Amino acid sequence: MQSYSAFSLFRQALGGHAGWQRQWRSPQPRTEYDVVIVGAGGHGLATAYYLAKEHGITNVAVLEKGWLGGGNTGRNTTIIRSNYLFDESAALYEHALKLWEGLSQDLNYNVMYSPRGVLMLAHNTHDVQSFKRHVHANRLNGIDNEWLNAEECKAFCPPLNVGGAMRYPILGGALQRRGGTARHDAVAWGYARAADARGVDIIENCEVTGIRRTVNGAVEGVETSRGFIRARKVGVVAAGHTSVVLGMAGVRLPLESYPLQALVSEPVKPAFPCVVMSNTIHAYISQSDKGEMVIGAGTDAYTSYSQRGALHIANHTLDAICELVPMFRRLRMLRNWGGIVDVTPDRSPIIARTPVPGLYVNCGWGTGGFKATPGSGNVFAWTIARDEPHRINAPFTIERFRDGILIDESAAAAVAH
Amino acid sequence: MLLIPCPHCGPRAELEFSYGGEAHIARPVDPASIDDDSWVTFLYERSNPRGVHAERWRHLHGCGRFFNVLRDTVSDTIAASYPAGQPRPALSPDGKGTKR
Ligand SMILES: Cc1cc2nc3c(=O)[nH]c(=O)nc-3n(C[C@H](O)[C@H](O)[C@H](O)COP(=O)(O)OP(=O)(O)OC[C@H]3O[C@@H](n4cnc5c(N)ncnc54)[C@H](O)[C@@H]3O)c2cc1C
Ligand SMILES: [Zn+2]
Repeated sequence: MQSYSAFSLFRQALGGHAGWQRQWRSPQPRTEYDVVIVGAGGHGLATAYYLAKEHGITNVAVLEKGWLGGGNTGRNTTIIRSNYLFDESAALYEHALKLWEGLSQDLNYNVMYSPRGVLMLAHNTHDVQSFKRHVHANRLNGIDNEWLNAEECKAFCPPLNVGGAMRYPILGGALQRRGGTARHDAVAWGYARAADARGVDIIENCEVTGIRRTVNGAVEGVETSRGFIRARKVGVVAAGHTSVVLGMAGVRLPLESYPLQALVSEPVKPAFPCVVMSNTIHAYISQSDKGEMVIGAGTDAYTSYSQRGALHIANHTLDAICELVPMFRRLRMLRNWGGIVDVTPDRSPIIARTPVPGLYVNCGWGTGGFKATPGSGNVFAWTIARDEPHRINAPFTIERFRDGILIDESAAAAVAH
Repeated sequence: MLLIPCPHCGPRAELEFSYGGEAHIARPVDPASIDDDSWVTFLYERSNPRGVHAERWRHLHGCGRFFNVLRDTVSDTIAASYPAGQPRPALSPDGKGTKR
């Protein structure tokens, strides 16, 4: 792997930048691998990277039906935080946040992790109580999260409409200073390059169409649009398409796939210093390094695989943004798109073995899995390599729904991202 | 935005409706007698198909009634709508309407 540094940039500049190599190969699929990962989103690529790096398993293929990073990884609004309520979630998302802090160095790739602070606004008494409860629970778990009153919110984020006329006034907010954003494409590309360098084959335009099993039920390999590929271990990380892929092995999941939309404005000069989220009035916003305001909200109402949603959802989001930040009322929106997110009943992910021996699944990240990418890949690689969960993902089973041990972040927070 | 045909009122904008999830999931007749796995099937497992999905809608800002719809989740095209309580209609081979 060609190493990236200020020095290499300088040296390549002298050669007219003609000496840069491709960041990863584009190999033909082999007939057999030790592990096949289905889905080259951030989570799948991270899984392959940690399989190679931490478990010495390098005979790995990542199969992608489209292009790598073209799913939700390349469509999300990149909010990163770890201030979840329950101990299980806090441990999982904090594991990821700690990895974000050193990720650019680890991958030798600038993922532009920017801990600019994530401020979650409270608009009513319930919000205030709920966020303060989060602050206290987070403190017990050693996770930074602090309560700001309305004036402190205004000081932290001056464009906010604090004290002005508003249907749902800003009463305060919970701030995680280590939260922020990262460059979504760079995360996929950085993991792809680093995994490739350790021998992982990333195979694009290769759709998994079936899961072949032995007479005793164990996984034997996958049927793909480019032929059969043998593997005793298959890890499915297919986000919105997980129900479809696991259906190929006869496994039914507690999952539904919904369109989630986002939009960006025309680029403007730096005007918004942090990430602001409001779950009560359904909007969140941050400014990308290109200058666009990156805006999103809740899902559409119905299940779909169409990767687009309805206009009234985006409209409703912009209504809320105009209330929160009146100076953006004349900002023009440039693009609007959708991704398909896989949602579990308790809004927590599943990172686990399945009832089929050799088949593993990492799904259910719903509207908020980008922030977990490094941690998710890290513990999923462990689960596949050792055929048992890491301590951190042990609670995130499929069986929790049968056993009634939900990790109910949805009820706890009504939080989208 | 979907244009949803209410079987009682005709086609109306999606804004008039609320979504009710997968249709034809019957509550166990004798809840006390079923095991935990059957509860999971009833409460949590969903077909979530990439293709035709039978789903419930309620015409909230209209007649107020629940009814069912067959919608293709790839194109979001609605192929059929029928009153609650009726069995799922068979689709014609081109998927464009119900078989008569
Ligand atoms: C609009 C939007 C905004 C979001 N905002 C945030 C946010 O601010 N913060 C946050 O933390 N999260 C956010 N999310 C959620 C986040 O994007 C996802 O949870 C996360 O990116 C999932 O990563 P992944 O690698 O599992 O999925 P993906 O990147 O979707 O990767 C799955 C891959 O599997 C491939 N695949 C599917 N079926 C097959 C098959 N049969 N064969 C081969 N390959 C297959 C797909 O093509 C896809 O590339 C948002 C999502 C959306 C859509
Ligand atoms: Zn009606």
